[in-house]
Formats: sequence, structure tokens, C-alpha cells
Amino acid sequence: MTTTTPPVTTPPVTTPPVPLLERLRVPGGFVLGAVLLLGVAPLALSDFRLSLLAKYLCYAIVAVGVSLAWGRGGLMVLGQGVFFGLGGYAMAMHLKLTDAAATGETLPDFMLLYGTGDALPWWWKPFANPAFALAMTVLLPMAVAAVLGFFVFQRRVKGAYFAILSQALAAALSIWLIGQQATTGGTNGLTDIQGFFGYSLDDPVNQRMVYFIIAVALLLLMALARQLFVSRYGELLIAVRDSEERVRFLGYNPANAKLVAYVVAAGMAGLAGALFVPAVGIISPALIGIVPSIGFVIGAAVGGRASLVGAVLGAIAVAWAQSTLSDEFPAAWTYLQGLLFVLAVGFLPGGLASLGVVLRRRRTRTLTRTGTPATGETA
Amino acid sequence: MTVILNQSFTGISIGAVLLLIALGLTLTFGQMGVINMAHGEFIMAGAYTTYVLQKSISGAGLSLLVALPVAFLVAGAMGALLEWLLIRRLYTRPLDTLLVTWGVSLMLQQLARDVFGAPNVQTAAPDLLTGNISLGGGITFANSRLFILGLALLSVVALTLILKLTPLGRRIRAVVQNRDLAEVSGIATGQVDRITFFIGSGLAGVAGVALTLVGPIGPTMGTNYIVDAFLVVVVGGIGQLKGSVITAFALGVLQSVLEYSTTVSVAKVIVLVAIVAFLQWRPQGLYTLRTRSLA
Repeated sequence: MTTTTPPVTTPPVTTPPVPLLERLRVPGGFVLGAVLLLGVAPLALSDFRLSLLAKYLCYAIVAVGVSLAWGRGGLMVLGQGVFFGLGGYAMAMHLKLTDAAATGETLPDFMLLYGTGDALPWWWKPFANPAFALAMTVLLPMAVAAVLGFFVFQRRVKGAYFAILSQALAAALSIWLIGQQATTGGTNGLTDIQGFFGYSLDDPVNQRMVYFIIAVALLLLMALARQLFVSRYGELLIAVRDSEERVRFLGYNPANAKLVAYVVAAGMAGLAGALFVPAVGIISPALIGIVPSIGFVIGAAVGGRASLVGAVLGAIAVAWAQSTLSDEFPAAWTYLQGLLFVLAVGFLPGGLASLGVVLRRRRTRTLTRTGTPATGETA
Repeated sequence: MTVILNQSFTGISIGAVLLLIALGLTLTFGQMGVINMAHGEFIMAGAYTTYVLQKSISGAGLSLLVALPVAFLVAGAMGALLEWLLIRRLYTRPLDTLLVTWGVSLMLQQLARDVFGAPNVQTAAPDLLTGNISLGGGITFANSRLFILGLALLSVVALTLILKLTPLGRRIRAVVQNRDLAEVSGIATGQVDRITFFIGSGLAGVAGVALTLVGPIGPTMGTNYIVDAFLVVVVGGIGQLKGSVITAFALGVLQSVLEYSTTVSVAKVIVLVAIVAFLQWRPQGLYTLRTRSLA
């Protein structure tokens, strides 16, 4: 007698989408951060320190994108300098042109010095329009990321290959910028930027305004990234990171999920570069080559790549340590930076954000000596 | 015609340098999946070894000959130490080796700066290698470049013979092709990993000796070549010696011919675009090891 087993009807396993109210809930830490950034810091810090903080916050904006692409998507983005640079140069070109116009010139000062001195190159001309320049600070990096990402992800060029290609892109862009001395300022880059949409950057009041713009941008982008993280897309991205093949068998195209993360991260880096220019007054190839591109990743790695807040705080902390230590003890800072990489990535892959978890696990492990030893990380 | 031939020769000599650097990477990156950014600093170690030896041994030719094996040992020992200290903990997370070894490379660069000083130093080339060979019709080839070409080809042959013919080579290939199966067959995979790393890093040291003939020695000399060398391995295919050989010369000649017709910076960008386009056609590189793995 054979019993025909009825078709097994397993209830479909669906994780209910996070309710809207839950998604829009503002975490207390976010409010605290907003109060610190917008209220306490401007009151407590001197103008000089505040403008330094503005610079660190620009790196933090890049870290938001790194947390998305690397932490959630597993894409080692070692070429963020490219996008930072594209955004920065787009902004700086516009500001240089308005600076020149203010003094009655048609060419930026460096072109008068080194250039052929005839006419503005055709690709500079549209940047005189503020709307176009602003749009380009974000769209240009996103477009470059979309083209590279499309070709790379579609053909399943994987982890290490992608990291090396993005690094090569950073090298190529900085070499190209250095080579075009007459139209890009070469090694010096675009320096000595005076005004910001009609406001003089020498004025401390306007510097504060720039700081507020940057802080608000950081907070908004963190909120945006959090929405992405808790959305269905965020879940898909984590699935792609952890097991790309399974995601493919389930009928999704992992390439698309990766592409979105890469493009969004590129846009954030571009915006960060654009805001960096009025905050610091300079953009140059030295700020965007291979070394700074890896530098963008270290903050996120130290703080915790998978944790948004960890990545942002890590970026700020590392930038702060860099500027305080590298001036006085350049050699010591280089050793420390190297050591940070080794310790954070090698021994604490979750970064400082995971320190609590790791310590707790270690304590329970020493308490309960029995049982199976902890297996390796599955990340 | 003369110009094209001369540019091609320049390209071939660029390719020879790339090949020497990429050979070690083919072992450590291609075969073991470890992205060792400190490879560039092992090159630097080889170059400084040559510099130190030339200070203590009179005669540029003799010191160069002594430097080749010594640099291999010095860089190889550094590589084996790095593997033992850090990399063996990271085999399950190959991407992270990139950042960890980048940290190591920062420290090694600073160490070189502290020991030898930040400015570049120079070694004297042996008399035999300073001239040019004229092939007639205005076509010349520098002797030092010829030496590097010979050294690169010799290294390829030696490495091929070791991998194909010796018991050690068989063990290395076994570990690469199926680590678990090699382990249960009684191969001490950890030991094989360390030896592989020793050889790969040692080859970087040899490359460093060769580079003293074409340029100054400085703390950051490795970084100038490392990304290009990685590209060679990526395009050549995982762990494929012949892939690296063909790619190194192809990229060298392409770069050099483009440099002549455009500029250095534009040539760099075109080469990168060409590589991305090539990976559309063959995402796994020029040659691949056929496996049944999905990834």
C-alpha cells in the first residue's frame, strides 16, 4: 500500500516589510548626532576647528557610501577618490570661473599663468552655469560608476578583480589630471578658491555657512542610507554579499543590486568632493589618487564597515588623528596608520563598532570552557 | 618604421619589468588568491639590498650578481614572515588581505624612509650593462634592458620547471587546485603556502634588483608598479604563467606605442579602457584553469 504524500504546502516564508512607522522612526542616536553637529559644535569650536571639522565631515560623507557599497554590498570600493575628485573638480571649475569673472577675466588664474592663454577649453564652458556644475558634481561620478559597474558586474568580474580595476581607475584619473597641466592645473590642482556662489570664503560667517551645509548633507545622506538599509533592496544587497550564486538562482540579477550600491556610493563621494572644495579651498590630484582612495576606506574599516554610524565615526576619527598627528610626527603617524589597517581589518573585521560583541563573546567563551569551539566567521 | 621598432623594443623592456614583478604575484595572487599590496615593498627591499651590497662589495658587476640571490632570500624571508604573522589568518577573507597588506606596505615604506632616508638613492650599473646594442638602421637596445629581459625569461623558465617537474611544484599545484583534497592526501598545506609565498616574494626581490638598473631606488618605488602588475595578472588569468608572460609584453608594447602617438597620461587611460573591454570578452582572463566551481 503506497500512500501518496500530499504535496507539501509550506507557508511562504516572507519577512514582512518593515512597517512604515518603524522605518521612519528616528533613532535617538541620530537626534543626538544632529544636536552635536548643528548645535554644540558651532558654539563650542573656534572658526579654525570648525572648518577642520567640516573637512572631516566630507570624508564622513564618503564613508556613508563606503558603508553601503562595501559594508552591505561586499564591494571593495578602492577607487572612491575618482568620484570624490570628479565632484570636487566639477565644483572647483565653476568656482574658478566665477572667481575669474569677478575680476573681469575670462580665464581662471592658472590658465593665464601656464596655459596657452587663448580660449577656455570647450569642456570648461558649461561649468560656468551653476546649475549644470552642481548637477555634474553628483551626476558625473554616478555616470562613470554606472559605465564601469555595468561592464564589470554584468560579466561577473569578481571581488579582487573589481578592487584592482577601481584602483587602476583612480591611478589613471590622477595621472591624466597631472598630465593636462594647461587645463586642469596639473599637480597643483585647482587652488586658491575665493568665492562660493557669490559669498566670499574668507569671511568666517560664510565658512560657518559651508559647515552647516556639509553637516546637513551628512545627516540627510545618513538618513537616506538607513532607509536603503532597511528596505527590501537592503536585504537583497546583503544576500548578494553573502551568497551571490544563491541570489542568482532565486531569480534576481546580483549585478543590478551591486550596480545600484556602487552608483549611489559614487554619487555620495562626488557630493563630498564638491563640498570639500569650499571647505578647504583646493582640489588636486594628490587628494584623489590611489593612496587617498584607500584612505577613504580605512576610516570605515576602523569604525566598522557594516555599521553606518561606525563607518562615519571611524572616518571622522581617522581624519582627525591624521591631521593632528601627521603634522607633528609624520613618521609615527604612518606607522600608526599601517598598524590601524592591520589590526582593524585583520583582527577586528567588524571594526570598533563590533568591539562590544567580540568582547562579550570572548567572555562567554572563557566562562563556558566546554562545547564546540567557535567556528570561523562566516562573513 | 624605425620609430615603431624602437617603440616596440621600449615596450618589450617595459613588459620585461612588468613580467618580473607579475611573476611573483601570479603565485601569491593568482594561485593563492592573496592580494599582497606589500609586494611592491618587497621589490623595494630587493633594490635596497642591491644598494647595500654595492656599498660593501667593490665592483658593480660582482655586487649585482651577489645581489640577485641575496635579494631573493631577503624578500622571500620577508614574505614568509608576513604569511606566518598575518596572511595565514586571512585565507578565508582574501579581499581583506588587500587592506591588511596595504597597512604593512605603509609601515615598510616608512621603515625604509627611516633607515635609508627619504631621498632616492642610486646604484652604479656594471660597465657591461651601460651601453647600447645597435641593430643597424638607427635601432638600438639598451644593454641593461636586454639583461632585464633575459632575467625575466630565465625566471619564467625556472619557475615553470619548478612547478611542473619537482615534487614541491606538484604539491603547490595540488594545494591550488583543491586545497581540501590536498590536505587529506597528506600534504602539509600550511607549509606549502609559506613556501609558495617565499618564492613569490623572493621573485619580487629579484625584480627589485633589476629595477636598480633602470631607475632610482626610493621608499615609494614599489607603489609605482604594483597596480600595473596586478592588472597583468588579472588579464593573464588566475595563476597562469603563460597568461602573465603574454599580457606583460602586450601591455608593455601597447603602453609604449600609445605613449608615442598620444601622451603618457592618455596612454594610461586607453590601456585601462582596453583592459575593461578585454574582460568583457574573457572575464576570467586570457587563460583559465578549468574547474567545476560555480564562482
